[in-house]
Amino acid sequence: MKRTRDLKGWLLCGPALAAMALVTAYPILYAVQLSLYRYDLRFGAPPELVGLGNYFSVLSSEIWWQALGNTLLITIVSVFFELLLGFALALLMHKAVFRRRTVRSALLVPYASNTVVAALAWKFAFDPTTGFVNRLLGTDLAWLNERWSAFLVIIFSEIWKTTPFMALLLLAGLSLIPDEVIKAARIDGASAVQRFRLIILPLVKPSIVVALLFRSLDAFRIFDAVYVLTRGAHGTESVSVVGYNTLIARLNLGLGSAVSVLVFLCALAIALLFIKSFGVPLLRVER
Amino acid sequence: MDVFHPSVGRFYPADERSGRISARRSVALLRRLFFLALGLSAWSCHSPEPVGPTHVTWYVFDEPSGAFREAARRCTEQSGDRYRIDIVSLPTDADQQREQLTRRLAAGDESIDIIGMDVIWTAEFAEAGWIREWPMRLTRRASAGRFPIAVQTATYKNALWATPFTTNAQLLWYRTDRVPKPPETWDEMIDMAEKLGANGRIQAQGERYEGLTVFFVSLLASAGGSILDGDGTQVSLAPEPTRKALTIMKRLATSPAADPGLSTSREDHARLAFETGHSSFMLNYSFVWPSALKNAPEVAANMGWARWPAAAPGLRSRVAVGGIDLAVSTYSRYPELAFHAADCLADKANQRIAAERGGLPPTLYALYDDPAVRRRLPFADVLRATLNDAVERPRTPLYADVSLAISRTLHPMRDIDPDRDAARLRKAVQRALRSEGLL
Repeated sequence: MKRTRDLKGWLLCGPALAAMALVTAYPILYAVQLSLYRYDLRFGAPPELVGLGNYFSVLSSEIWWQALGNTLLITIVSVFFELLLGFALALLMHKAVFRRRTVRSALLVPYASNTVVAALAWKFAFDPTTGFVNRLLGTDLAWLNERWSAFLVIIFSEIWKTTPFMALLLLAGLSLIPDEVIKAARIDGASAVQRFRLIILPLVKPSIVVALLFRSLDAFRIFDAVYVLTRGAHGTESVSVVGYNTLIARLNLGLGSAVSVLVFLCALAIALLFIKSFGVPLLRVER
Repeated sequence: MDVFHPSVGRFYPADERSGRISARRSVALLRRLFFLALGLSAWSCHSPEPVGPTHVTWYVFDEPSGAFREAARRCTEQSGDRYRIDIVSLPTDADQQREQLTRRLAAGDESIDIIGMDVIWTAEFAEAGWIREWPMRLTRRASAGRFPIAVQTATYKNALWATPFTTNAQLLWYRTDRVPKPPETWDEMIDMAEKLGANGRIQAQGERYEGLTVFFVSLLASAGGSILDGDGTQVSLAPEPTRKALTIMKRLATSPAADPGLSTSREDHARLAFETGHSSFMLNYSFVWPSALKNAPEVAANMGWARWPAAAPGLRSRVAVGGIDLAVSTYSRYPELAFHAADCLADKANQRIAAERGGLPPTLYALYDDPAVRRRLPFADVLRATLNDAVERPRTPLYADVSLAISRTLHPMRDIDPDRDAARLRKAVQRALRSEGLL
């Protein structure tokens, strides 16, 4: 009985699995295969197997490590602030008594806008001649001309854009907390801080982990904001920009695929880190 | 299956009598509909070729004045219904044009017939087998009366691969009301600018992109050096000229006369900044002239032009040449028509139109004496002299890598240390030539 049910389950999943294999597994495996060859589209020469040569080439380059450092910096700082702001916004949306819908839709506007458009808008906003930021802050800075300030702008635009996503995921978590629990705690005399720390936070934790995981993976692959704002100049290159330059501008399929595979492995490592260190809310089987 | 009954039934009145149709029949109907749709779509894919002239497609950057469109229209007319030239616009940024083209060409896209090719792509496209060698019978027409340097840009491995269409080179633009006589050398110019104070700024291109490579190549050539050896396979970068070029870059970037935004400045930033009136010098292409006439007439009234400054007294400045050549794609289905069309697009009449309307300098020497062209390009004589001495950027299929290596190593210019960076540059270009490692 159980076996036929299992079989049925597999059969039902079949189409989805096949689609996944086609659109995800195949490209990944193809990239892995390409990364083992010396293959440049600009030369007629057929691909030549070089084993792990491309990986050595990438890993021994200071550009890769600098880009990795940049990407991790952007990821950690932006996700940290997104979590703080997102949580605050989620609490606000949760507590909003009137115009709940308006508040939620208004908060979602940045997330709904296109990243490239948003990045361009910020580029103009921070520009010393066309922008309003300098006038607003009373500064006279060419923001995108220095490393630290360029990072600031990139991270700021990331936070501005994706905090609503974080807030929405956390709001979903908050609304799952039964009212009775809070009421009971209040009757038992728990203060607001205690209620937040001892009841809300533990109950929202699975949502927080999921939100953090999604955002970290997303932020790690940051490409468009960097590409539009600085094109990777002033030491702001992210790993995806390095991959793009190698693959698209230089048409070096072997080396570029090696970069892509390494980016993929990093993302995998981040996902595993989250699942191992925070428990496994994603894989928990509900019975 | 219940869901389907009412809707399917409604379209087939014959079944309405029974009110319901069986699940099996509805499946059969859906299947029939599916195959009908499939048949329809397949039929529409194989619609017969449209009658009339063959369409020849020209991929070229978006030219705002419409000069290219006019040229395409004229050549279509002249062909006497043999072909019709359609234009597909590419982005204005050369790097982005190249990205789009290479992606299509590497995939063997048959929709490209004629390519408006930046002069630096010839070696890469020819080596990759993406463009056809220019036919012998048209070679004379493609080279006669044109600047030797322009023909050189279309040449690779002793063969011609394209016909030179437009060209370009940077000039020195300056304020005649503040500068009585244009500076001869870089040092002289920086001294002058520093003395002028707040309004003495020098506008140049310092962002990490192709423009920075152009800047370095021009300075290096002016100092008597070159990036690669004659055959384009070995690094040259002779020590003395390299040091000289790097020293000038460093001095410019650290001078109070440099624009504070130099390290993100491109051609267009420089133009905008010059048009505000607070700069006295600018190194830029000729598009700044019509722009200043239109946007800042009071600046244009006091705008002078001269040759690029020399690296040292007694030397002649030599700047990197730009412009586009027209090539025919290997994957074109109508190569004969495409060659004919490209040859027509780059002829004298169309070069004149491109110069008159779009301000794009012609590759035909004689047009610089044409009154209509001179009206539009009053600096024609200086430009012609500049083009006579102009140099090519390194002619190698790995140009994109070499350029990335140069602009990466030298950005930002203010941090250049001539001794250290001459060695770094040599190493970076060497790696690029071996197409190794990240850039």
